[in-house]
Amino acid sequence: MDGALLFQLVLNGLIVGALYGVVAMSFVLIYKASQVVNFAQGEFLLVGAWVCWWMLTYWQLPIWAGFLFTLAFMTIFGILLQVIVLRPLIGEPVISVIMATVGLSIFFQALMKWIFGVFAQPFPPLFTVERVRVLGLEVQSVYLASLGVSAFIMLGFWWFFTYSKHGLAMRATAFDQQVAQSLGISVPKVFAMSWAISAVVSAVAGVVVGVVNGVSSALSFYGIKVFPAVILGGLDSIVGAVLGGLIVGVLENVAQYVDSQWLNWGNMYQIAPFYALILILLIKPYGLFGTRNIERV
Amino acid sequence: MASMTPAGDFRSSYRADTTIFPTRNARIAMLAGLLVLCAAPLVLGRYELGLLITIGFSAIAALGLNILVGFTGQISIGHAAFFGFGAFASALLVEHGVPVPLAIWGAGLMSAVVGLIFGAPAARLKGLYLAIATLAAQFILEDFFARARWFSGGVAGRVTEPYEVFGMRFDREDTYFYIILVHVVLMFVAAANLMRTRDGRALIAVRDHYLSAEMMGINLAYYRTLSFGIASFYAGVAGALYAHYLLFVSVEAFNILYSIQFLAMIIIGGLGSVMGSMMGAAFMVLLPEVVQAGADLLAGGVIDRTLRIGASISFLREMAIGAAIILFLIFEPDGLAHRWRMIRAYWKLYPFSH
Repeated sequence: MDGALLFQLVLNGLIVGALYGVVAMSFVLIYKASQVVNFAQGEFLLVGAWVCWWMLTYWQLPIWAGFLFTLAFMTIFGILLQVIVLRPLIGEPVISVIMATVGLSIFFQALMKWIFGVFAQPFPPLFTVERVRVLGLEVQSVYLASLGVSAFIMLGFWWFFTYSKHGLAMRATAFDQQVAQSLGISVPKVFAMSWAISAVVSAVAGVVVGVVNGVSSALSFYGIKVFPAVILGGLDSIVGAVLGGLIVGVLENVAQYVDSQWLNWGNMYQIAPFYALILILLIKPYGLFGTRNIERV
Repeated sequence: MASMTPAGDFRSSYRADTTIFPTRNARIAMLAGLLVLCAAPLVLGRYELGLLITIGFSAIAALGLNILVGFTGQISIGHAAFFGFGAFASALLVEHGVPVPLAIWGAGLMSAVVGLIFGAPAARLKGLYLAIATLAAQFILEDFFARARWFSGGVAGRVTEPYEVFGMRFDREDTYFYIILVHVVLMFVAAANLMRTRDGRALIAVRDHYLSAEMMGINLAYYRTLSFGIASFYAGVAGALYAHYLLFVSVEAFNILYSIQFLAMIIIGGLGSVMGSMMGAAFMVLLPEVVQAGADLLAGGVIDRTLRIGASISFLREMAIGAAIILFLIFEPDGLAHRWRMIRAYWKLYPFSH
């Protein structure tokens, strides 16, 4: 057994897992605020990454300007989606809302392929130093940067929901819509805001993945990988989402290691989280930190 | 809104209330429609018949999904995986010497068993948790197809035999069309009748209010799992029909986009409507044709060149599917079946729509 390789894999898992955690957080944010299960979360990453890539390569903007433009664009994008598509569906059964987000997902996936083509496009190089040594391991500097960005976003979320007025308003809405309304919180505004924040944060994750792996439609698979993470952590827990993301990231890499060493089934990297998902749903469907109010039959 | 039945049209017995066709005219219209369809191979070309065949097996699969989603209120985002399982299972059975007509039903039963296995969580979960569980089932089954060479032929796919009974081969569109027609009629009549039985009404009760249903002595876990089994059976039969039409089954066909198309069929056709499943299937099969026709219309022009329509037609089709789902959910959540009832009621009640 190769200890150093395993350590490297766990580290990779943590780095990817932190990104899953970020996407899972923004997924949980929408679910908590507006009770919508967003199957189009991966498309937020996709759209954000493509817009940023387009700004940097086609318009030759400097990185900060392109990034800021992407954030502004995603804010408007998130709000428009909520107002145009999701708002008319408030009060409809769960399946309608799920199907609407599924429809959005296919629509934007195909639209991005139409506009930008099917091939992965690399970002222009952002770092002058390719690799750095950490604890005796060679780590690409983009990976370190992505870990830093993830940690920064998580801290930002923590600050936002603990201290800022809007964050508190969102928590109040998630807790009880009627009470929040009677305290003067505009619930439609909170819904729109949650979609905007979620879109922006996912887009940041999308740009980070794009810088690491290149931008392609594979990005939207992050939106699917989010489900094992959020179910593991509990569907309505932000802390759980982060932890679930990290666990799924490590699980993927370890499963791939186990597979390559002993099983030789192939493709475990993609599939292992879904086996875990089925198991969790059977044993503990509310996850590690979720509210235990699932109606069982 | 105008009432759907004319004034003075009362049902005076329980039998009259549960009949499949509300009036004699409806029964005659249905038989006439079937006769017209029987004559279709005499008039239509191979391509059009191919479309009708596709509508046929899609409608069977969509009907199965509608029993699960529309009538029982469960959600499945993995229907294409069960459809694919049926296709592979039928090909496997044929390879082991089972005649094709039997293999189709055998494949349905095998899919039903797999559906019951994945439906085990369905007995305990509902709503979005079930949606996520079936999403996982979709990926796990897809992975299984790609890996299990003995079952699916791996990535290379699996070749199978055409439909053959009493020494007659049905390997062309104009003959295979009748096979599909027979199966469609059988499956639709079976579903319409299922909804008139105690079991069918139990499914609807589970959908409408599961607590009340349980209070009335309906075993929730049993009926939820049963509904999953029935849905998978329909998907399996449809998949087998697909396999013996194309004579080649390959794993790429049964991806999540196909699952979503089945969901789109029942949403567009109408949740909880038997005939709606057929209308939705027709809509979803013909939608890409309409997109193609639109693209052909623009071909060579300025719009075509600037937007690269000809080269990206497959993306445009996917976008049309997504847009159709969203637009129907917002503007016509009851689906085409409801719209059809409204149109019929309008003519029936004209000019006094009260």
